[in-house]
Amino acid sequence: MNARHIGADLKVTARTYLRNPVALFFSLIFPIILISLFGLIFSSIGSSSVTLEVLNEDHNSAVSQQFLSALNNTTVVKVSLVTDSSVTPSNFAAWLGQNDDPVGLVVPAGFEANFTSRHPVNLTLFTNPTDASSSGTAVGAVTGVANGFNLEAAGGFPIIQIPPPRTVGSQVLTYIDFLIPGLIGFSILTSPMFSMVDISSSYRKDGIFRELSLTPLTRAEWLTSRVLWYVGLTFVTAGIMIGAGVYLFNAHVGLTLGIIPFLIVGPFLFVSLGMLAGSVAKTPESAALIGNIITFPMMFLSGTFFQVSAFPPGLQTFAHILPLYYVIDGLNQVMLFSNSARALTDLVVVFVTAVVFFVLAIHFFKWRDE
Amino acid sequence: MADAIEVQGLVKRYGPLAAVDGIDFTVPAGTVFSFLGPNGAGKTTTTEILEGLRRRTAGSVRVLGLDPWTEGGALHRRIGVIPQDFRFFEKITAKEAIEYYRSLFHTRVDPGDLLAKVELLDKIDARYDSLSGGQKQKLGLALALTNDPEICFLDEPTTGLDPHARRAIWAVIRALKRDGRTVFLTTHYLEEAELLADQVAIIHHGKIIASGTPNEIIRAHGHPARMSVEGPPELATFLRGHVELPTAYSEGRVEVELTDQRDALRVLTAIDQSGLPWRSFMTRQDTLEDVFVRLVGQMDEGALKAETPA
Repeated sequence: MNARHIGADLKVTARTYLRNPVALFFSLIFPIILISLFGLIFSSIGSSSVTLEVLNEDHNSAVSQQFLSALNNTTVVKVSLVTDSSVTPSNFAAWLGQNDDPVGLVVPAGFEANFTSRHPVNLTLFTNPTDASSSGTAVGAVTGVANGFNLEAAGGFPIIQIPPPRTVGSQVLTYIDFLIPGLIGFSILTSPMFSMVDISSSYRKDGIFRELSLTPLTRAEWLTSRVLWYVGLTFVTAGIMIGAGVYLFNAHVGLTLGIIPFLIVGPFLFVSLGMLAGSVAKTPESAALIGNIITFPMMFLSGTFFQVSAFPPGLQTFAHILPLYYVIDGLNQVMLFSNSARALTDLVVVFVTAVVFFVLAIHFFKWRDE
Repeated sequence: MADAIEVQGLVKRYGPLAAVDGIDFTVPAGTVFSFLGPNGAGKTTTTEILEGLRRRTAGSVRVLGLDPWTEGGALHRRIGVIPQDFRFFEKITAKEAIEYYRSLFHTRVDPGDLLAKVELLDKIDARYDSLSGGQKQKLGLALALTNDPEICFLDEPTTGLDPHARRAIWAVIRALKRDGRTVFLTTHYLEEAELLADQVAIIHHGKIIASGTPNEIIRAHGHPARMSVEGPPELATFLRGHVELPTAYSEGRVEVELTDQRDALRVLTAIDQSGLPWRSFMTRQDTLEDVFVRLVGQMDEGALKAETPA
């Protein structure tokens, strides 16, 4: 390995990249678009509540009002009273459907009278099977509040108490906090993979590898120069993503030095894997296909947009064989949970995989013909 | 003079097909050697084997005393190659390209000097993708010279270039020869080989079918000089009876083969005596191109006959 050769190639790579507006857009503007887009789409998850349409037929009696205000206090549902006088319990289901409301509740006439005289009374809950999440939330909240009222009416008191829940990790986390390490992992994967798969086949087709093979530059030096370039680019992209997340969405991420090894070893892994995929392919078309087959499952199943722990068990096992999982898990551990022991394990997995792919890529990547 | 390139019994097979089928030649140092052949004859395969880009199946190859396949690293520091249809990084300027090669080869060559040598100094700051076809080839040539090579391999360096650009490349090849470098030139243009080459080899179906200096090849395989006159068929009959030289008639022209210079005077005198109408006479000698077309044609005809038994 000759540092001067690597430096010379890095200079040419940087110039080529910086003079390409499309490449610049993808490395500087696209991360902001990505974080804004996913931030806006998913910022509602875990933070806002489900709107519960309530038809109060008990004419705003004191008990019904107490019940609804208790529902509001759960913070998981937000009570919205139906003011339209044409709505009755019999046409309430249709009305909810017309208004795209997923959940509704009917408080029957005589609710207060029945409650105070301890006669059983039915609260009718309407749910939408296509929105299982909102329906589940509403059922849980209404059942919980009703149980509380029943307990109080029976003169009991709660033995098991649940104080307000605390968030996983060391600080208060929202979805955007999880999204930032995920999207950094996403760009660590996609930027080198797509570009190396393309380069490996187009340089071969255009005879650029042939040109380079006639110089003292070695394949390992050339690939090292690419790794260094993508490491640099990843630092810029990660900086932009963290900045955009913090500035636009008030994200809480731990900016520790522990991020740095992942921003180095991650691109090292995917530059090597991209080169390997492009080198084993015979044509640019098959290279693109192999690249996509490798990239797409990793893009979505490694914890980029959704936590792997939320997946069904089979899919979780599959996620654990994807190299990107360890990059993203490692970033989560250092940025969100301050769990350096697990981060170190992730780092070792990523590093060893990267070395294996690098060696295989050098082996399969030929710049002259047999 | 030592040989810069020595090739003996070189064979390259792709499955059952022999792209190069046992060829021998040597290129003395400091000469221009031109390797000719129709498309698919084995030119590029041979050239790439010499450059260390392709592994041979059998035979011995020495370039500057080195085995190109196993000692490619050492060889590449001493040779310059400009491939057919040279391509480079699109957004890189001519100057930056030479600086890049200079760093890789650890040389101190000045980009301006090198670009001046190939008449591309005015494009020193132009990016590769803004250069014309001829300018791109010139840049390829300049890059091939970055390491001050002892042998330059030029694979069809003027294909697709306009006459002016072609002449500029020729001037560079002549300058390389003046500097004492060896030039290995493959080309489609027979005129180019005839003008520039000291030695020529013609390859067809993987075998060398003629080799030597251009004049030696023309003498050995070419037709004698002939005189061509525009006139009626009767003129051919008259000349056959009066000058006793092989005479043919075709499409309004009478062609008489000449055995020496004075035959021309005898033919002209006989034409004058015939009293038949005639005009525009010229004498003509085979060029390397005529010989090439004939040799290649004969071989293909022979192959066709062998394939279709009577």
